[in-house]
Amino acid sequence: MSTVRDTAADLAAALAGGETTSVELTQLHLDRIAEVDERVHAFLHVDGEGALADAAESDARRARGEARGPLDGVPIAVKDVLTTRGLPTTCGSKILEGWVPPYDATVVARLREAGLPILGKTNMDEFAMGSSTEHSAYGPTRNPWDLDRIPGGSGGGSAAAVAAFEAPLAIGTDTGGSIRQPGAVTGTVGVKPTYGGVSRYGLVALANSLDQAGPVTRTVLDAAMLHDVIGGHDPRDSTSIDQAWPSFTEAARAGATGDLTGVKIGVITELAGEGWQPGVMARFDESVQTMVAAGAEVVEVSCPSFAHALAAYYLILPAEASSNLAKFDAMRYGLRVTPEGNPSAEEVMRATRDAGFGDEVKRRIILGTYALSSGYYDAYYGQAQKVRTLISRDFDAAFAQVDVLVSPTAPTTAFRLGEKLDDPMAMYLNDLATIPANLAGVPGISVPNGLADEDGLPVGLQVLAPALADDRVYRVGAAAEALLTRAWGGPLLDQATGLTSSATEGVTR
Amino acid sequence: MTDILMPFDEVLAAYDPALGLEVHVELNTASKMFCGCPAVFGGEPNAGVCPTCLGLPGAMPVVNGKAVESAIRIGLALNCDIAEWCRFARKNYFYPDMPKNFQTSQYDEPICFDGWMDVDIQNEAGETETFRVEIERAHMEEDTGKSLHVGGSTGRIHGADYSLVDYNRAGIPLIEIVTRPIVGAGEKAPEVAKAYVAQLRELIVALGVSEARMDQGNLRADVNLSLAPKGSGVLGTRTETKNVNSFRSVERAVRYEMQRHAAILSGGGSILQETRHWHEDTGITTSGREKSDAEDYRYFPEPDLVPVAPSREWVEELRGTLPENPTVRRSRLQAEWGFTDMEMRDTVGAGALGLVEETIAQGAAPQAARKWWLGELARRSNEDGVDLVDLPITPADVARIQALVDDKTVNDKLARQVFEGVLAGEGTPDEVVEKRGLAVVSDDGALGAAVDNAIAANPDVADKIRDGKVAAAGALIGAVMKEMRGQADAGRVRELILEKLT
Repeated sequence: MSTVRDTAADLAAALAGGETTSVELTQLHLDRIAEVDERVHAFLHVDGEGALADAAESDARRARGEARGPLDGVPIAVKDVLTTRGLPTTCGSKILEGWVPPYDATVVARLREAGLPILGKTNMDEFAMGSSTEHSAYGPTRNPWDLDRIPGGSGGGSAAAVAAFEAPLAIGTDTGGSIRQPGAVTGTVGVKPTYGGVSRYGLVALANSLDQAGPVTRTVLDAAMLHDVIGGHDPRDSTSIDQAWPSFTEAARAGATGDLTGVKIGVITELAGEGWQPGVMARFDESVQTMVAAGAEVVEVSCPSFAHALAAYYLILPAEASSNLAKFDAMRYGLRVTPEGNPSAEEVMRATRDAGFGDEVKRRIILGTYALSSGYYDAYYGQAQKVRTLISRDFDAAFAQVDVLVSPTAPTTAFRLGEKLDDPMAMYLNDLATIPANLAGVPGISVPNGLADEDGLPVGLQVLAPALADDRVYRVGAAAEALLTRAWGGPLLDQATGLTSSATEGVTR
Repeated sequence: MTDILMPFDEVLAAYDPALGLEVHVELNTASKMFCGCPAVFGGEPNAGVCPTCLGLPGAMPVVNGKAVESAIRIGLALNCDIAEWCRFARKNYFYPDMPKNFQTSQYDEPICFDGWMDVDIQNEAGETETFRVEIERAHMEEDTGKSLHVGGSTGRIHGADYSLVDYNRAGIPLIEIVTRPIVGAGEKAPEVAKAYVAQLRELIVALGVSEARMDQGNLRADVNLSLAPKGSGVLGTRTETKNVNSFRSVERAVRYEMQRHAAILSGGGSILQETRHWHEDTGITTSGREKSDAEDYRYFPEPDLVPVAPSREWVEELRGTLPENPTVRRSRLQAEWGFTDMEMRDTVGAGALGLVEETIAQGAAPQAARKWWLGELARRSNEDGVDLVDLPITPADVARIQALVDDKTVNDKLARQVFEGVLAGEGTPDEVVEKRGLAVVSDDGALGAAVDNAIAANPDVADKIRDGKVAAAGALIGAVMKEMRGQADAGRVRELILEKLT
């Protein structure tokens, strides 16, 4: 009998074996959402009717022997930053409240083609700006490990939905860590593919040169299976890579043996040290030892330019975002605020943008507008692009020595709601370890690697590979997962307390 | 407020003008610059749109390869270098007819740069002189939507009750061609400006990359002008007069701005750097929005597009597709047709070169083709206020009418009625002749009777002819033609009269 705790791979097998139906599975997850989402708030919109209709079609297809692929019939949740035809898409912003896109993002279209019923849209920091999902205009998502803590961000909704067993699979997007960091702090798996590996068409852009959609799951194998569905060339996205990709599912299965013989792993010197939570570092060091024991060769590598990654990121991202968000002007869709009197179009735009955007969005629009201004462009945007080139060179040099690079995914475990809301710099530092991969376009995964001793909260291990070598991320990620799970005697999520609040129940570990 | 103008001669005595021309050419590609929507403006508003050209959240652009090809061909025809690698850039500013509130254009990496075009103008002696206009760049960009301001008296946004926006035009590919400052033209500045735009249009038409109709906005000229004290060699503050939409207006707008600037400068004032609107009806410019160098479009490379990197092989292949240079072509045709400089100039000036060429290709004699297009048809185009090329008549029709004249089916006078019929949509020339019963009477019996009547009615004239005064036959011919209601070949009438009387 299938349960919401089953992995997507298990559910796929149960469907293939005729032990369950898509309608049954979809209903199971809808029931779970109904039961827990009031507390977790992972979803902004739940589309029970649509999901069940898709599930019924999937079952009919399977009955005819026409199942479209292994995940046909396995339900999924989608971050609210991807357009969904007929289903609201708000990007966590008031300015898009009520907007129903007339078209599907390519990722969404591929999910539909592969037969995955879409349960709904998940919560996120407004326009994906944030690391805690507290910047959602529709209220924060809570961490299933401790409801008083943040689930990471910007894709806290997708990570929490998977961690709380509301969905077996979810789609996230990662501009500076928005898939990987939520994965780390919720004890789930998140993958940022190579830039260009997954189509961005229909992904409402935060920073076009950094954004990538990717899998949010509970296991590396599930992520790989999902990546096989959503990846590949899309002629609608000019930056999409036009090449054949290997099967990531096979890569993950190969890695699951846990054998790392002959694999060279680099530990990034710059991504450790002061400011890193001891429990995070302890789990990281253990994980590295575990991999050495499994045959891996580990060396330290230095990436000196990573020191400037955060600064470069916070120029490039706001610059692109300030331009991307200009389209939200009340003229064609979304919120419209009409001031008193006989306002001009410009006054309507101003009033709408003032009312429709949250503080963090405004902060970044102002930053980006400034960075692109005449006379400042070279000093800010231009310099940031140079740093970006240096970071790519650091990666090139590192990958000349090793097969993959590893680091903790995030410097700390999940912090408390509100703790960093008034300190943008502290919030930004959460993405210190994840940002370099976005700047260079390389793929990365976050795999749960234990609980921090001081707070009992989950910690993530990040594995990075050279651009196009996403299969390596899955192979090594799956190996680490297999070794760690074997040591724990079961998935890390089995150790979660079950949607309780540390503040009210005093639970600490 | 009426501008004070300085007489043109006085302007030239004190100032040197510097011109700059920015011409936007709307390409005739099947689809838009960055999406698959039809690149056809007009039709039901907001029907030819998709997520990309509407700027919907999440939508992405893809470059139209055909537009890149057209841009390169224009660049090559303007003797430009073609970039080996260039990018699109976002030009950021807010306006309701711009779906994304940035225009995807090119900034410091245009696809075509450093070119030139030789412009022909007439000197005082009526001889053709060549003036070289340097091209700074030609770059690719997308058009905006079109705003319609309803209510108010001006049709402009200010004072309108409400505004409508049609995004069908948004995303149609444009090539913007920018000249370097044109100095040294002096009194010829207005003429050079006009000739440049006219010759550029001719080139665009020859390339076949645009409909290039100025009245339809396929080709839009912005005129930059500044004055500097004579001989100073500096550049003054410029104004940019927008959307000057005919060759004649280009000339007038330059002249007007020269006179206006001079009056301000000579009065001790300074020129405000601004955009100005050209008013076709009154022939004046008025102030638009103030445009200072402080206006900041915050350009940066478009991150949703990859660089355009045309291979050298492709560029050379495209060079092979270029049509004959219009200037070279004009010289060749003039020699072939035996036109005088004046005839050639008038033909080109009337925008009839291609029409005449095609009419000749359809079998008409060069002088006959010229005569119809620059006579009867030019008159009609003036009366109706449409370009020659837009008259509802084809070069083949004109050639056919001339053939009817040549084989004496109609005479010149009747031919004019055939033109009238064709222009009125009554059918082909032959159908008009048939329907209107315009064929001349070639039946010698009927003609003979009319000649006999004329001789009988004018015995004095007949006697003179009998006495050898053949020139007097004209009076009898007139009488015969009158009786035949013009439907007779005057030459044949003359022959018959002379046969009977000599």
